[in-house]
Amino acid sequence: MTLATYDHLDGNAAAGELSSIFAIDVTAAEGQCANCGATKRFAEAHLYMHGPGVVARCAVCEHVLLRLVNARHRVFLDVRGLTYLSLDTAQVQV
Amino acid sequence: MPTISRGFSGRRSAADVKLPPGQYLTTDFPVLSAGPTPHVPLDKWEFAISDGANVLRRWDWKSFRELPSETVTVDLHCVTRWSKLGTTWEGVSLDTLFADLNTDASHVMAHSYGDYTTNLPLNDLRNKQAWIAFRFNGEDLAPEHGGPARLLVPHLYLWKSAKWVRGITLMHHDKPGFWESLGYHIYGDPWREQRYSGE
Amino acid sequence: MWRVGTVVALRDETATARTITLEVPDWPGHAAGQHVDLQLTAPDGYSAVRSYSIASAPNSQKRIELTVERLPNGEVSPYLTQEVAVGDHLELRGPIGGWFVWRAQQTEPIQLIAGGSGIVPLMAMIRSRASAGSSAPFRLLYSVREPEAVFYRDELEVLAHHDDSVSIDYAYTRASPRNWPRPPARIDAALIASATWPSNLFPTFYICGPTSFVETAAGLLSANGNSPDKIKTERFGPTGERK
Repeated sequence: MTLATYDHLDGNAAAGELSSIFAIDVTAAEGQCANCGATKRFAEAHLYMHGPGVVARCAVCEHVLLRLVNARHRVFLDVRGLTYLSLDTAQVQV
Repeated sequence: MPTISRGFSGRRSAADVKLPPGQYLTTDFPVLSAGPTPHVPLDKWEFAISDGANVLRRWDWKSFRELPSETVTVDLHCVTRWSKLGTTWEGVSLDTLFADLNTDASHVMAHSYGDYTTNLPLNDLRNKQAWIAFRFNGEDLAPEHGGPARLLVPHLYLWKSAKWVRGITLMHHDKPGFWESLGYHIYGDPWREQRYSGE
Repeated sequence: MWRVGTVVALRDETATARTITLEVPDWPGHAAGQHVDLQLTAPDGYSAVRSYSIASAPNSQKRIELTVERLPNGEVSPYLTQEVAVGDHLELRGPIGGWFVWRAQQTEPIQLIAGGSGIVPLMAMIRSRASAGSSAPFRLLYSVREPEAVFYRDELEVLAHHDDSVSIDYAYTRASPRNWPRPPARIDAALIASATWPSNLFPTFYICGPTSFVETAAGLLSANGNSPDKIKTERFGPTGERK
């Protein structure tokens, strides 16, 4: 079964949505896929957006890294697909 | 209070129709997905009903297409607020697939090619409420809209109509699927505006 | 955190693309390559959010420029390119993005690769380089359908002629100017080899455009001996619109 992968965006596209939870820019964060172990910048993740929620998938194995839902007055975040996410706290935002 | 953008109306058309609360009418057919579009060759496609341990029924594309199908015209309501009215589908009714299957299961989990899942009460799949649909508006269902075949359950929000469906697993308890486990309503009735959990 | 900007100027870049200048009183400043999310809300409450790259260089003014391309079946781009007028208010979030940025402190050779409207954030980098007085060597490979589709044509022309360390190569994919040495074609290995910095200079690459363009270009660069750590990408989706 071949997968068509032309229809994804990347981590840059989700940064605005994720800013409701992350105080530090997430695109430069490094993350490790809990499924295949690939370590990449979040900017390189495959993003599927504008469905019921935001879904970030590993660029290597396509497993879900992170999901986010903006419900009416709550935000739901699932990061089980990441072994870790590492952000540079010294990073200047702008 | 969001800033109103003068003159912006989006892609909707103004028609005086009765829509579920909070919905907007659309004339196109947005493509929303949680992952890459699978391309399933028809000679590999199958649909199975399982009880979690055993496969109870299985159809390949040939045997599936030999089943009696029907054409229905239904309205679609997506939880992202668009509604598309009067869509025509051809599919096999779940009543046909369950015809001689006895079960005391109360719920099902629908599984798709890829990793998408969604849960429903078994009763919501029966009594002319659900189909495995393979044609849309007179043409073979395109992959981006769930082809070769998708689940179609129009009385619930469209996230329950799993694209690229590959089977259903019978359950004796309700369990949340992909979106239900992340804040979406476990049932999803658009007429009671059951978008999110706790509503 | 949403801000409100006022449209203070509009400028057509091509028959289908327009630059919108927004005055944003509480704008915190931005880095070249960052984008904003615009939220459009209809009177009945219906809303749509789209991302647009900032085209203007970082500066101390509270103004930013966005260049928007009108897509045939777009929901938001027709409104932004044809309906929006000076004086209108637009709701925005940003600046967003800390990875796909170029800062004037970078001195290494920079290779920019644009696919269609992907030129927008790369133009912010080119403008940033100019306003910062940087002498970092820049090359731009701009893949575009035809000459009429080029954004910022005059500005790029002036740059190419007056600055020895910015060079520009155009790759036309559907129709090229008369006597153009290369027939219309998508970017390929030969073009990458001839029109980009060689890998032994260890340039940093910025690729922006539709998803399929970015994936193709990134693959060609990797095959040409460049390390993935040196390649930064930003995808605009199959239609070129980020949604």
